[in-house]
Amino acid sequence: MADIGLGHYLSVAAILFATGMAGIFLNRKNIIVILMSIELMLLAVNINLVAFSQFLGDLTGQIFAFMVLTVAAAEAAIGLAILVAFFRNRGDIAVDDANLMKN
Amino acid sequence: MGLAETLTYAWPELALAVGAMALLIAGVFLGNGASKHISLASVVLLLIAVGLVLFAPGTANVSLFDGAFRVDGFSTFAKVIIYLAAAIAILMSDRYLAGEELGRCEYPVLIVLAALGMSLMASATDLISLYMGIETQSLALYILASFNRDSRRSTEAGLKYFVLGALSSGMLLYGASLIYGFTGTTSFAGIAEVAAQAENNTGLVIGLVFLISGLAFKVSAAPFHMWTPDVYEGAPTPVTAFFAAAPKFAAMALFVRTLTTSVPGVIDDWRPIVAMIAVASMAVGAFSAIAQNNIKRLMAYSSIGHMGYALIGLAAGTSQGVSSVLIYMAIYVAMTIGAFACILMMRRRGGLTENIADLAGLTKTNMPLAVILTILLFSLAGVPPTAGFFGKWYVFFAAVDADLVWLAIIGVLASAVSAFYYLRIVWFMWFDDPAPAFERDTGPVLTVTAWGSAALMFPVLTVFMGLLTRLAGDAAASLF
Repeated sequence: MADIGLGHYLSVAAILFATGMAGIFLNRKNIIVILMSIELMLLAVNINLVAFSQFLGDLTGQIFAFMVLTVAAAEAAIGLAILVAFFRNRGDIAVDDANLMKN
Repeated sequence: MGLAETLTYAWPELALAVGAMALLIAGVFLGNGASKHISLASVVLLLIAVGLVLFAPGTANVSLFDGAFRVDGFSTFAKVIIYLAAAIAILMSDRYLAGEELGRCEYPVLIVLAALGMSLMASATDLISLYMGIETQSLALYILASFNRDSRRSTEAGLKYFVLGALSSGMLLYGASLIYGFTGTTSFAGIAEVAAQAENNTGLVIGLVFLISGLAFKVSAAPFHMWTPDVYEGAPTPVTAFFAAAPKFAAMALFVRTLTTSVPGVIDDWRPIVAMIAVASMAVGAFSAIAQNNIKRLMAYSSIGHMGYALIGLAAGTSQGVSSVLIYMAIYVAMTIGAFACILMMRRRGGLTENIADLAGLTKTNMPLAVILTILLFSLAGVPPTAGFFGKWYVFFAAVDADLVWLAIIGVLASAVSAFYYLRIVWFMWFDDPAPAFERDTGPVLTVTAWGSAALMFPVLTVFMGLLTRLAGDAAASLF
């Protein structure tokens, strides 16, 4: 077994980030899934930051990760609040229903 | 520098943060009946912040909080415009919100909080403070977009803005994490040092591409512009007026500061990216707006195009280029506020109208509004001798001086195409059969704002262009 190094962490983070982004674009069903995908992207960034921080022996990355966590929590709260308002008006949270405005 | 002295430089931000919280508490205790007073107090608070920025004590250029936050000529220039645009946006909203029974005390407080985030963006010199500034702004803006929570359009606009905004924040953060990893620091000065020494730092460049994508989203430059038309159309009109002005300026200021102070060493890597974004934005702004019937949607495409022109100055990457971006954005903010004041005056019994067809024959039903709108549309199109023409002039000259002649030529061609749809509206207003008249009683704020903005476009700024050029030049010089 090879030692687990920085490259492994970066690969995991890149795969998670790509999964999150694909989840936003490919998902046509449910807006909650989009919120989860956003969360996945932000957490992938956190893995990156903590791995770099450990590798560089520098604490800044971990502080950055904490900032990201805090903001992600606030963002999720606001996202869900907007989602509730949207649901009250539409009675549905399907992605395809968000189509009132078109060119 | 001790804590007390450090904080004296951050007075405007402290005033906004503490003031917004105080206003929120006051709003909760007084109830929605007091929303008018909270609005006025918010405007006063923003004007106090302008005063604090202008009459700041001590030396002009200083870095605070371990290099995370910088107060200099550039941030001063940006903050004055941001605060003023936010204050005018609050004043312009009052009548509309009262009419739609949306007059809640949270509205002005959210705008003040967004202004706080924008002022952090204008001063950010560290990846962490950059991210925190953007998020402070964006979280307030998401709520504002869906402020009319009983409207399907407004909540849909808020939802779209939130999802795509969070996506762009994710890309920006991913880029920031790579830049941190491959340079070992988050401060712009530190990144600049590493970028200047290391050759072929691929990780840094990949991170930079992600960061630029995130920032391009925030200024709504193509190909990251998809959210703009929907959000502009769906959000309540005064909120759109706010979105089109202050946040655009703040995001552009952040874009400029990030690229010119943290990675000037790899300008050959990022210049083509910025140039391509500029070309794409100008093309989208010029061609997509032609088919629009809704004036808010048209303004959205127009703002995408204007961001493209401003990015030409950034692509130049010189001090002259940065000052041209500042001149362009200052003029853009002034004329956009005026244009939205006019849109807010397009009111018939039963509410606002948003169709371009409603403007037909406006000269016969409402001459003053038609004259104002004509001046503003000429300025948006960049017809001489309006201020909009001078904005484009400086940007194109900066590009030519930086050996980007091809970019300037594309800019000229794009502005010729976009002149078509601005002048089409002018044609409707002057030569078409009149549509039913708008209500004449629009209130003093909108009238004064629209007249003031039109007067700035022509002739005030044409005469005092030298002054604006000097101020922007000083502001740009503080970055280099």
